Amino acid sequence: MKATLALPSDDKRWRMVNATMRRHGYSSSALIEALHTVQQAFGYLDETALQYVAKSLRVPLSRVYGVATFYNHFMMKPGGTHTCVVCLGTACYIKGSPQILETLEKRLAIRKGQTTPDGKLSLMVAHCVGMCWLAPVVMLDDDVQAEATPAQAATKIQEWVSK
Amino acid sequence: MTTKLPQSQLPEEEILRVAEQEQEEKSQYQRHIYVCMGAACLAAGSATVKDSLSEVVDQNGFAGRCAVHGGGCRGLCAEGPTVTIEPDDVLYGKITPQDAPDIIKNLGKKRPLERLHRPTDRPFFLRQQRIVLELAGKVNSERIEDYIASGGYKSLLKAVHEMSPVEVINEITRSGLRGRGGAGYSTGLKWRTVAKADGHPKYVICNGDEGDPGAFMDRSVMDDYPFRLLEGITIAAYAVGAEQGYVYIRAEYPLSVRRVQNAIRQAQRLNLLGNQIAGTAFNFDVQVRVGAGAFVCGEETALIASIEGKRGQPRPRPPYPATAGLWGKPTLINNVETFANIPAIIRNGADWFASIGTEKSKGTKVFALTGNINHSGLIEVPMGITLREIIYDIGGGIPNGKRFKAAQTGGPSGGCIPEEHLDISMDYESLAGIGSIMGSGGLIVMDEDSCMVNVAKYFMEFCMTESCGKCIPCRVGTAQIYRILDNTTRGTATLSDLEQLEMLCDMVRHTSLCGLGQAAPNPVLSTLRFFRDEYLMHIVEKRCPAGVCHLHPEPALYNDTKESVR
Repeated sequence: MKATLALPSDDKRWRMVNATMRRHGYSSSALIEALHTVQQAFGYLDETALQYVAKSLRVPLSRVYGVATFYNHFMMKPGGTHTCVVCLGTACYIKGSPQILETLEKRLAIRKGQTTPDGKLSLMVAHCVGMCWLAPVVMLDDDVQAEATPAQAATKIQEWVSK
Repeated sequence: MTTKLPQSQLPEEEILRVAEQEQEEKSQYQRHIYVCMGAACLAAGSATVKDSLSEVVDQNGFAGRCAVHGGGCRGLCAEGPTVTIEPDDVLYGKITPQDAPDIIKNLGKKRPLERLHRPTDRPFFLRQQRIVLELAGKVNSERIEDYIASGGYKSLLKAVHEMSPVEVINEITRSGLRGRGGAGYSTGLKWRTVAKADGHPKYVICNGDEGDPGAFMDRSVMDDYPFRLLEGITIAAYAVGAEQGYVYIRAEYPLSVRRVQNAIRQAQRLNLLGNQIAGTAFNFDVQVRVGAGAFVCGEETALIASIEGKRGQPRPRPPYPATAGLWGKPTLINNVETFANIPAIIRNGADWFASIGTEKSKGTKVFALTGNINHSGLIEVPMGITLREIIYDIGGGIPNGKRFKAAQTGGPSGGCIPEEHLDISMDYESLAGIGSIMGSGGLIVMDEDSCMVNVAKYFMEFCMTESCGKCIPCRVGTAQIYRILDNTTRGTATLSDLEQLEMLCDMVRHTSLCGLGQAAPNPVLSTLRFFRDEYLMHIVEKRCPAGVCHLHPEPALYNDTKESVR
């Protein structure tokens, strides 16, 4: 039996991370599952988390970093309070979602994948959210904006961030 | 395991009892209302619709006569939330919670509510043939009892009690079922290879990493029929001799993850997963693995690496996963839709399945029909149906009186089918013959306002960002192809660029390590083949016939590709 490593801090969320790794017997194959739990609990992966997972699973830190940066789902920086996702699926693309993205990038003065300086909004893109009949789709957190035009989307976001 | 259950026949009787009980319970009600709980309808607010329907039923004293259930998808995703009323088979669409009293009041009347009614005798339904989606939304995706009462798990019991593993494999081989992930390899042959392979333990993996943009067939199966999927996987495990299975679901489908996990727990409770399944010596269990947003993980060796907790990078084949897969052991990998076909084949027989479809492509295919089309949604059609029938009969044609230009199948690995090939038979060979692929089932219709160069650029950008970077042809080649396409849409490309584009496509196609790179040039090659004049107009005349691209005659200072290349 491997001795359980001391948790990085008193934060209770570390116990969730440890529980995931324990459920998989601290096997190295639990790496992705463990990182999922870290991201669910903390919202992103920081160096402390990567080191803790690496040591617990006895996996080189380089491999943990490699996995964390390989997969698009894992975030290495905290996201904004709100997330706006512009769908760039095929149906949305041919119905004009690139123009929506361009307008939003200009209005918010950030690029896709970035967060506004005040930490309020992250602008993300998705390759298909699977609601093609509503194309073009913009998602504001869990709200779906169907058949959006660039101007509509921008106004909506303005309203929604100032809330 | 040496412990024996007290009576070995008990589990099967237990399952029959569950089915009877459920049917008896159901027969107490005169009407059953199924509210679609698929991802599309949920996003349109079907959960609140279900709540308000239940509330109205309780308030109006219908509680003993009418039951409200969460059901599955009828395919009319654009009309969500949808509600099905049984046994009248009435389908309502675009329901709001305020419609609930009217719906309940109308129950038992001869004519359905006109303003919400979506007649099911339209070509959209009549031209379809449903095998994978045969339960058609009339089964609760969160209750195994409901699935069993609808005839579920009979195939598994038949397989483990009446058939040997070899007989199961022979049945699947005879049925002519081919992999529904897109490549179309014979499922029976794959099973046989795994069954014969040396090595222990063996694994079964269900590939639910549906990454093509515009494809949501597998999501619907996992969301709505998770028990059927598990039944198919369990039969496969019995046939190849596996004891452990994994369902790999992409992180973008949290609902699928929850539904499949729930289904696993319920199947374990009824001993349809676990040790000594249904009183036999067959042990099998399943775990869910959640992907983390990498398109390349749809490739089987990359998917295996991901389950092992590594970066999802493919490796050269052979050895194929059938002989050396997960942890180096023989592994069966099939797509979600392939597994969902299995219970129907075991129940109705190989000959029945082989009678549907064309000579080489048997059975049906589920397509996600989207784009510039009147009826978007999820459809299941027999192989060999023509593209024209799908678009004009089932899909209701192109909206706003526009002209059809092309249909895109197979996502970033497929091609565009032009108007002159509208009468093509939808089967593996015919599609490959015109430079496209069957793919996993995304079918995107484009009208005259779509620029084919821009579409090719779109898919190449996708492949470039999703390339894992392991092999150079794919990592560098896709970026170079993208650069040329980008220049073409900006109006800075020359005729020699077009030549280079074709050379690059040929190189990437033949030298890439895995399917992602090998198929990445397909959208470019197929648009070059059928819409070469559009490329020439961009290059020579510096104009975009569809009016999509903004062409600047002066060369761009730099190309904005760096950010996307990792």
